[in-house]
This record gives sequence, structure tokens and C-alpha cells, in this order.
Amino acid sequence: MPALLQVTGIEVGFDGALALDGVELAIDEGEIRFLIGPNGAGKTTLIDVITGLTRPSNGSVLFDSHELVGRREHQIVGLGVGRTFQTPSVFEQLTVAENLDLAAHHRSGLVALMRRRRGVTPEVAEALEAIQLADRAEEQAGVLSHGQKQWLEIGMLLVQSPRLLLLDEPVAGMSAEERTATGELIQRIAERCTVVIVEHDMEFLRRFARRVSVMHEGRVISEGSVERVRADPLVQEVYLGRSRDRRGHDPALDPVLAARAAVDASPPEETTEVGSR
Amino acid sequence: MEVWLPQLFAGLGVAAVLLLIALGLTFTFGQMNVINMAHGEFIMAGAYTPYVLQGVMGAGLAGVAFGLALPVAFLVTGMLGLVLERVLIRRLYGRPLDTLLVTWGISLMLQQLARDLFGAPNVQVVAPAWLRGSLDLGPVTLSYARVFTIALVSLIVIAVGIYLTRLAHGRRMRAVMQNRQLAGCSGIDTNRVDQLTFFVGSGLAGVAGVALTLLGPVGPGIGTVYIVDAFLVVIVGGLGQLRGAVIAAVALGLLNSFLEYGSTASLAKVGVFAAIVVFLQFRPQGLVALRTRALT
Amino acid sequence: MGAEVVAGNDTAGATPDQSTPDQSTPDQAGPSGRRRLLRQAAVVAATAAVVVILPLVVSEFRLALLSKYLVFAVVAIGLNLAWGYGGMLSLGHGVFFGLGAYCTGMYLKLADAGSGLPDFMGYNGVTSLPSMWAPFRHAWFALPAAVLLPMGIAALLGALVFRRRVRGAYFALLTQALAAAFAILLVGQQALTGGTNGLTNFSTVFGLEPGNPRTTQILFFAAATTLAVAFLAVRQIVTSRFGRLLVAVRDGEDRVRFLGYDATRVKVVAFALSAGLAGLAGALFVPIVGIVSPADVGVVPSIEMVVWVAIGGRATLVGPIIGALVASYANTTLSEWYPDGWLYLQGALFVVAVVWAPRGLAGLADKFRRLPRRQPSGRPSEVAVGAASS
Repeated sequence: MPALLQVTGIEVGFDGALALDGVELAIDEGEIRFLIGPNGAGKTTLIDVITGLTRPSNGSVLFDSHELVGRREHQIVGLGVGRTFQTPSVFEQLTVAENLDLAAHHRSGLVALMRRRRGVTPEVAEALEAIQLADRAEEQAGVLSHGQKQWLEIGMLLVQSPRLLLLDEPVAGMSAEERTATGELIQRIAERCTVVIVEHDMEFLRRFARRVSVMHEGRVISEGSVERVRADPLVQEVYLGRSRDRRGHDPALDPVLAARAAVDASPPEETTEVGSR
Repeated sequence: MEVWLPQLFAGLGVAAVLLLIALGLTFTFGQMNVINMAHGEFIMAGAYTPYVLQGVMGAGLAGVAFGLALPVAFLVTGMLGLVLERVLIRRLYGRPLDTLLVTWGISLMLQQLARDLFGAPNVQVVAPAWLRGSLDLGPVTLSYARVFTIALVSLIVIAVGIYLTRLAHGRRMRAVMQNRQLAGCSGIDTNRVDQLTFFVGSGLAGVAGVALTLLGPVGPGIGTVYIVDAFLVVIVGGLGQLRGAVIAAVALGLLNSFLEYGSTASLAKVGVFAAIVVFLQFRPQGLVALRTRALT
Repeated sequence: MGAEVVAGNDTAGATPDQSTPDQSTPDQAGPSGRRRLLRQAAVVAATAAVVVILPLVVSEFRLALLSKYLVFAVVAIGLNLAWGYGGMLSLGHGVFFGLGAYCTGMYLKLADAGSGLPDFMGYNGVTSLPSMWAPFRHAWFALPAAVLLPMGIAALLGALVFRRRVRGAYFALLTQALAAAFAILLVGQQALTGGTNGLTNFSTVFGLEPGNPRTTQILFFAAATTLAVAFLAVRQIVTSRFGRLLVAVRDGEDRVRFLGYDATRVKVVAFALSAGLAGLAGALFVPIVGIVSPADVGVVPSIEMVVWVAIGGRATLVGPIIGALVASYANTTLSEWYPDGWLYLQGALFVVAVVWAPRGLAGLADKFRRLPRRQPSGRPSEVAVGAASS
């Protein structure tokens, strides 16, 4: 069976430097795949390429035998590929229910859109339950907490029933309980669609990851189960700063190192990542 | 040869004035995200400066008054800009479209003020004797006024270029333009940089106003004639880009000049507009653009 | 129960654009829903009464002026659709207004001329009717063209620039350049357009005699009806899913693309609708005022249209109508009383409205109405949020 998502030889250059240098990645239907790697490895850029935000100079992205490179963002979404962003981006002037409702109707024609929303459709109601915002449905999304916005964003993807979900750091900035709840939510989502998660949080990774791809300097350098990747000397070198005396320490096993890796690896701002290129 | 040379020269003359106006706009737009519609009225204030000075100093000193008007107009309009920035625009940072609307309100009031002070009809500034007449080069005659304008603007552009790249102040300005927050964190007083930018940008509009008095009469509406075209220079050149502004001003000046020659003045305007829309299909960010990954 | 009543009150007191589309939950269909219906009926009845009574009590001159204000209000609600809800600040709506006006003007000129040429063409040495003019002999062509031509041009411009994500200030300045070029073109092509004088001296207006009290009344009713229909249409659009989508595009265009919508198309549609309303208004303007000239369509009138929306309150439903009426009335009155004063006042109004009351008169009224019940909510203004999310 061919993979649901087949990324082949993707190259992206930003002002001379290669942000992606021939990425190869295959995701099967029904997987939860974690994408990890240090700051500047190209994880977000890869998601940008898959979703049409960034145009690669080379390579191909096949999704269910459709070539995604060259398609526009909304067309890719129309094929069933959804994504979230590092910073939650919901429509703050609209209510929670309106946010979900808009997401649910993205296939409607112009004439259908000219009709007024009456009440809450079943799929929106279901999503409201799933993201635990049913009691805040009519509040403006702008007043939600950071974590709730992240959930709303996931909810907006849920109602679109995509076949492939790309989540860019879904638990960044969340409290411990929120992380756990988000992880469980994602697990439930994954029963219905394929999920790719960019995440630095090692604790989160250990709890929820099955297969992991490690990116470094614009390539996928290692791939496999969490254990396999953890044992890969190349990955250890990348993550442990190429320091010999630390080899053998596993970031996912050592809480201090894990925390440090998470902090080191998570870019606080978009601009930082651009600047580091 | 005989046909296109005068057009080229006329186009360069227009381009020079446009560039001088656009410089202030592109820096205030690029650095502070402020669209200053009152910039046109700073041009007007600059244009009335030699008129006022000549009135005060008498006809005998018309030439001296004109020369004096260049620095005086720079200071006067620079101060006007500074006041505007301090009183109103400061309140509107982060709301670029609102700065456009507010400064348009200001420009309405300034125009009316000019009408009340100087009367609605146009007035004529006496060109100094050394700028009258023209240089006869066989096939083409170049008016001294045009030569002077082009030379003046070239000098100013070189000065601005040196300022931006060589002097500490100018580098700070570019730093603020590229990343305001980071510049602030690095110890740059962004407030002061903004004030200085606004002062210099507005002052240049005043100088452009003085130069305009060589090309025609001065009236309360003189600014509105040029401001729209100057903004087009900003759009085509790219925000806050000296190089882009220079290329765009020359390109638009020449295009307009040659289209006018090929058709009529009114069709030329439409042609320039269409050309810009087509240009934006290829370079929507303008000729020179900073790349960012920010999502809007 | 008490809590529900409070919630109901809040909905009634919210600004029109905020009032959430009715939730068909049983509690809310109760008293507050009926009260809202009653309130709406009262507003409709009062408006209709004013429209019927005004022609009886106001002089013909004033009635004609009022008709003109109503026409401006049509422009304002259209511009509000593009700017207030869609975030597309157009400084070129005078162009679309002008296209509508010139389409009608050309028809009226040809109706006057019979088989001959419009008078001004004779002065300009034109001997045969330019082919561009020919179809405007027919009302069935000229009147639809007055709406469809502006829509087409807006759609073309929008498709070209929105596709390349030219937006915000860039778009505003570009439309301003369009307005400048259009006015210059009208002045320059004197033989085709009547130049600075524009199109005027109509001896009949759709078979009616201009200046006749009956004609003035008919035109007033036509303007009032157009405004009412336009208002209802824009209300439907704004409260529909498309309206929510438009707001979403305003606040996060790129994000909307990742919801699977073609944001460019949403903007083009809204911009074209907005231009169509301006064209419709222009088509009415000519018979009411009896003239259209480049002075009605250039950079300055285009910005005045923006002033109406800003003063009335952008992204509110009734704000732009009030803004257009108040600003035009103030313009007329002050110009009669102290001609130069109007420009100072207009400038000052604009500065005050934008800096201190970004939600305009409607925003102030809303604040005032809410004050006794609770403090104005700490919700940041939409402008600030829009900027923060970019």
C-alpha cells in the first residue's frame, strides 16, 4: 500500500542557505508521527511546504496520489490536509461557535454561505464537547486562555474531518494538565485520521509517540520507534551537543536534560528562527 | 534623438521631485508603519517658504531668499512633522490605516489654513536669476531649474545613503525599521529614532516644496497633486528602501513622461496605474523587500 | 431565570454586528426574542412614517438635498462592507460611484439629444456619436451597466491585487491612485466625458421633468427605497456565514486560507459588491442632483466617503448611514453659514473620530447605552486586535 503522504527530495532555500535539504518522509494512513529535531532543523518549514505556505525549489509532496507542490493553501485543505500554527491563530472577534462553524463550512458554495447560521450544527456541537468549550460557545474567542485557543484551533480542524492533520507544537505554553488533556484529545483524533506532530516536549513525546522522525539541518536523519531513535548515536550527538562525556545520557530519561532540550529546542518567536538561519 | 532626449530629461526632473517626496514617506511608512497624508501639505508649506521669505526680504534679495528657503523650509516642515508625530501619530502606532485617515484630516485643515493665510489663488515664487534661462546643448535645451533640481536631489540622496550606512544614527534607524522590538531591547531609544525620522522625512518634503516652485506656481492644493504619485513610488520601491525608492521614482517619472509623449497626459496616468498593477503581479512587495516568515 | 433575562438584555444592547444570530434554544426564543421583534417593527414603522411625512413638511430644495444624503448613505454602507467588515480600505470608491453616475448621465444625455449628439460634443467638434456611447442610448443597457461596470472593474482590480496579497495600506494607496487617474482621465477626455463640466443640463429625467416637485418626491422615494433595500441586503450578508468569513479574512487572511477558503475570492466578492452599491448610488445621484463631474469622483470625494463610515462607526450596520447623513448635513449647513469653516470642522471631526472614537457615533451610542448596566467591556478594539494578530 502506498503511503498517505510521500515527501520526496524537498529543498527550500532562504536567501542562499538551504532550510530543507532533500527531505524524505513517508507517512502511512492511520499513523501518529512525531517530528522532532533541534531549533532550525526545518520542521515547521516542512509543514509549510506540505500545506502550500512555502514553495520548495525542488521535490514533490504526494498526498493520496495528489501532488501538493504548486497547489494553493485552500486547495490543499480541500483535499483533506489540516494544520495548526505554533502561535494559536483563531478569529478573536468571532465567537467560539462561529469559529467552528466557519471551519465546518469550508466546502460550501458562495450562495450557501450567504445564509445565516441558525443554531449549532451537530458536528460543531460534537467538536465543542470534544474540546471542552461547550459552555463558552457564544463567547468571543479572544477572551479564551492560551490553551483553550490551541484547543479551539484543534477543534476547528476536527470539524473539517481531514485525512491528515499537521500539528505544530500543540502543547507549547500549556500547563501540565493541559498537556495531558491535549495528548488524550489528539489520541482520540488519531483514531479517525493520520496525525503528524511537531513537538519538543520530551515528556509529551514519551507518553504519546509511537513512531518518530528526527530532523536535523534540513534532513530527516533518523526514523523509527521512540526506543530505536533514542538509541541512534547520530540523534544523541545532535541532541547532546556533540559532547562525548554526555553520550549515554538519554534526554528522554533524564528530566533535567529533557527540560533543557525542550527549552533549547523550542523557538519562542518566529523571528528567532528566521534570524538563526 | 531629438524626440526622446527632452522627454528623458523632463521625466528625470519629475522623478527627482517625486523621489524627494517619497523618501520621507518610505521611511516613515517602513519604520513606523505610518502613512502620512499630511506629507503633501508639508510640501505645500515648503513651497510657500520662499514666497514668504521673498515677501519679507524684498524683491532685491529674491535670489538670496530662495537660497535661504532651502534650509528654512527643511527646518519648518521638519518641526511641523515632529509636532504631528508627538501630538497625534504617536497615539496610533500599530494602526497604519488609521494614521492615514487622521493625517488626511490634518491635511484638510492645513490646506484651509493656507487658503486663509495666502488666499486661494496660486502665487508665483520669483526664481533667482542664476536659475533662469537654460543650457543649450544643440539638439536639446536643459533649463537651469531642472538641472538644479536634479543635482540637488542627487546630493540629498547621496547624503541620505551615507547617513543610513555610515553614521550611527542612520544605522539605528535601519535597525528599528527591520526589527523594532529587537532594536529596543538592544538599547536603542526607538522613540527618539522615530522622532528623528519623522523630522528628516518631513523636512525633505519641505525641500521638495521649494524645488517645486521652480517648476510652477504655488497653491494650497500643490501637495495633493504630488502625494498620490509619491505613494506609488513607495509601493513600487518597497518599504523603507532607499535603493528601491530611487529606481521606482526614476522608472515612474520616465514612464509617465514617455506615455504622455505617446498619448495624452490623462491617458498616461491610467497607463502608469495599469503598469503598476501589472508590476505588482510579479513583485507584490515592491522592488526591494525584506523577507519574513511572519503570518498575517 | 434571572441570569437568562440579563443575557437577553445584553444581546439586545449589543451592537448590531455583535448580536449573535439567534440561538434556537428554547429559553431565548421567549420574551427577549419577542421584544426584539417588537423593537424592529417599531423601527421599521418609524422609518416608514418619516419617509412618508418628510416630503409633505420639507421644502422641495431640502427634500432634494435629503435625497442626495440618502444616496451617500448607500455608498457608505457599501464601503463599510469592504472596509469595516472586510478590512479593505478603499480610497477609490469615488471611481465606482462615478462609473455609475456617468453611465446614467450618458443615458440621460442621449435621451435629451434624440437622434442628435449631446450638446457638449458639439462644442468639442465631435461629429458622430463615439461607439463607446452608443449602447447607452438604451436604459436597459445603461442602468444595469451603472452597477455591473463598477462591479466588474472592482472585481478585476481586486482579483489582480488580492491574489498577490497586496493589502492594507498598499491597497488603500493603490485605490487612491486609481481615483486620481480616473478623475484626470475624465477631465482630459473632454470630447468623450464633458471634461471638467461633466454631464449636466438634462431636460428630462426618465420622462419626468427635472425641478418639478413631483419629480423631486419620486426621486426621494426612490433613494429611500434603494437605501432600505441596500441596508437589508448588507445586513443579510454581514450576518450570514459569508459575513463572519469576511471578518475572519479581515483579522487573519492567511489563517482563513488554511481553513480551506479561497480568501482572495471572498475579498473580491465583497469588494465588488461594495463597488456595485457605490455604482447604484451614483446612478441615483445624477437624476437627483442633475450633474456629475470629475469633482464628484476624485481623490477628495473618495476620502469623504471614508469619513462618513469612520464618523458613523465602521463595522456597525447603521453607523455608516448615520455618518453619511450627519456629515453631509453638517457640510451643507456649515457651508451655507461659514463656507471655509467646513474644511476645518471636517478635518477635526475626522481626527477626533479616528483617534478617540474609532468605533464612531455608533460606538459612542453603544457605550452610552451600556454604561448604566455595566462598565464598557475591556475588549480591545478590533483595530488593535487586527494589528496584534498580524
